[in-house]
Amino acid sequence: MSGGFHIVVCGSLVPDPLQTLEPMEGPTGPALKNEMMLPAVLDPWAGHALFEAAQLAKNVPDSKVWLVSLGPKAKLQQLMMSIAQKVSFELVAIDGSAGGFTDPFDVAATLADTIDKIEGLDRTRLLLFGGCASASRDSGVTMQMVAERLDIVDQFLAVDKLTVSSDGALEVLERIEAGQYQVSSCAGAPAMLGWATGSLPEPPNNPQVGMMNMRTVMPALQKAQAAEVGIGGLKYAAVELPKQRRETRVVKDTPAEEIAQEIVDWLKA
Amino acid sequence: MDKILLLAHTQTDGSLPKAAYESLNAALTLAADLGGAAVTVGLIGADVQAAADSIATCGAASILAVSGEDFAASRYSSDTVAVETLVKETAPTLVLAPTSSRFSRCLPGAAYRCDGRIETHITGIEVVDGAVQVQRWYYRQRMVASLSRVQRPWFLVIDSGVFEPWQGAAGSVDVQTLEVAIGDDCQRTKVLGVQTPDSDAQTIRPDAKLLFVAGAGWTKKQTDGQLHIKQAEELILGFINNSKASLGSSKSLVDQSSEGGEVISFMSHLNQVGQTGSTPRHLKGLATCCHGEEPHTVGWRFISERRAISLDPNCGWAQGKADVLYVADAFEVIAKINELLAGS
Repeated sequence: MSGGFHIVVCGSLVPDPLQTLEPMEGPTGPALKNEMMLPAVLDPWAGHALFEAAQLAKNVPDSKVWLVSLGPKAKLQQLMMSIAQKVSFELVAIDGSAGGFTDPFDVAATLADTIDKIEGLDRTRLLLFGGCASASRDSGVTMQMVAERLDIVDQFLAVDKLTVSSDGALEVLERIEAGQYQVSSCAGAPAMLGWATGSLPEPPNNPQVGMMNMRTVMPALQKAQAAEVGIGGLKYAAVELPKQRRETRVVKDTPAEEIAQEIVDWLKA
Repeated sequence: MDKILLLAHTQTDGSLPKAAYESLNAALTLAADLGGAAVTVGLIGADVQAAADSIATCGAASILAVSGEDFAASRYSSDTVAVETLVKETAPTLVLAPTSSRFSRCLPGAAYRCDGRIETHITGIEVVDGAVQVQRWYYRQRMVASLSRVQRPWFLVIDSGVFEPWQGAAGSVDVQTLEVAIGDDCQRTKVLGVQTPDSDAQTIRPDAKLLFVAGAGWTKKQTDGQLHIKQAEELILGFINNSKASLGSSKSLVDQSSEGGEVISFMSHLNQVGQTGSTPRHLKGLATCCHGEEPHTVGWRFISERRAISLDPNCGWAQGKADVLYVADAFEVIAKINELLAGS
């Protein structure tokens, strides 16, 4: 293949999974209580996409990775302090809501518009990466709509493995039902891959990578365009925490034989 | 008046998956709640006649299809064209479809092409004051919302297990086939086949009554101060095979493989349930050697009857979330259960 890939990863922040989340009614629709105060992490599946992108760029010469991230500027800056030390990328920041209640149709329009304006991006070499779903909206629709807006018709969802041959062709493993993989080949870029967990561990922090990234991260944050991304055409009637709490019967100081029999009886009931 | 299009795709044997019958039931129920909205069925697959015949008596106004070899395999480019064609032919206000890997991949793009909107992982549909309102979960099953939209067509992708499957007599039905040409630009991707993950056994069984969740405790030092990974593997596989359960895992257990720790050999990220894994639907769930906070236990969310075995009486997987917590050594209990199940 001539030239490497131009890999654009869409990924933003979500509340740290260990935080207690509580919905509340905000001025423009539902939101999380103390949303701006909650510690945030990179959306897990988008994180896998970013790590896979970095690995691919390392293996295919003349490749480059952009991270397009939509979120409140101050929160993005905090997030960059942690992930900028992991892998090399150029940040393209968009200042707007990263909340789960926003309309994915509007989010996709904002992301596609931003990607379309990336200077130096060769759309014929584009691999559009993202998570197969976010940990906030958990809808799994945004990446396909971004790709559609960029005229990408080769799309893959819940990807765990990408193999690139010397001519630039792709072989993709996607998760399908019952723990199986669908294996597909694709002639090459442009393509969209919505990643599941992939196969790479989280890279260790590398201060040198962090120093390199921060040269572009701060300017990117400073020039981040504001985006009006809200609930769009959605009308929320209610957002609630599940209230169900079970009365747990604790069985202790009981021989294993008795417990086993009780469980077998329950299984057969 | 609303018009409903129910989309379904065939399986490799030409039949419809169970989730398609569930969505059909949802479509028919919604049509009745809307005061008699018309339901059209749109089928996609290599040969859809058997699938159409299986729902011949469902009461649909018509059954349309996009079929042929180009539509045998699950591929974004051709599936999107098929859905777009069906939607433009029928001009529905509501498009209902079951959640499947095939539809999850293609329907968002198809909705965009049809100038529609889409909601996925629908867990409830009702009509409130004459308007359709759906229920879905946010933040990985940690809060539930009821919502509506005014834009049409509105695509609603329904999770499996939410509705009862439609049941009725099969028959013979005329299928209106729509001619769709697939250009070269839609054939850059070729589906090569299906692969099962490296595994000693098929451990993920979506239709199983029981979900067996294994936690990281199986790979920790036991009461004798030693690791017993091989024994754990034998016990877990023995239980899965004896009980015909589906195997789930906590995040911490599957993460050990990428962290270089000694691991259960047949466990992968595909088994992971919870915050960053799946939230499967099974009648019963049995958790063993698990521990965790609320966010990590959302894998339980759609399990009706839950029991747990743990040495920790304050186990986060169990307290307030399980019906019964057995404070015991899972190695001993599962060994005894395997004996009982093997002998029965």
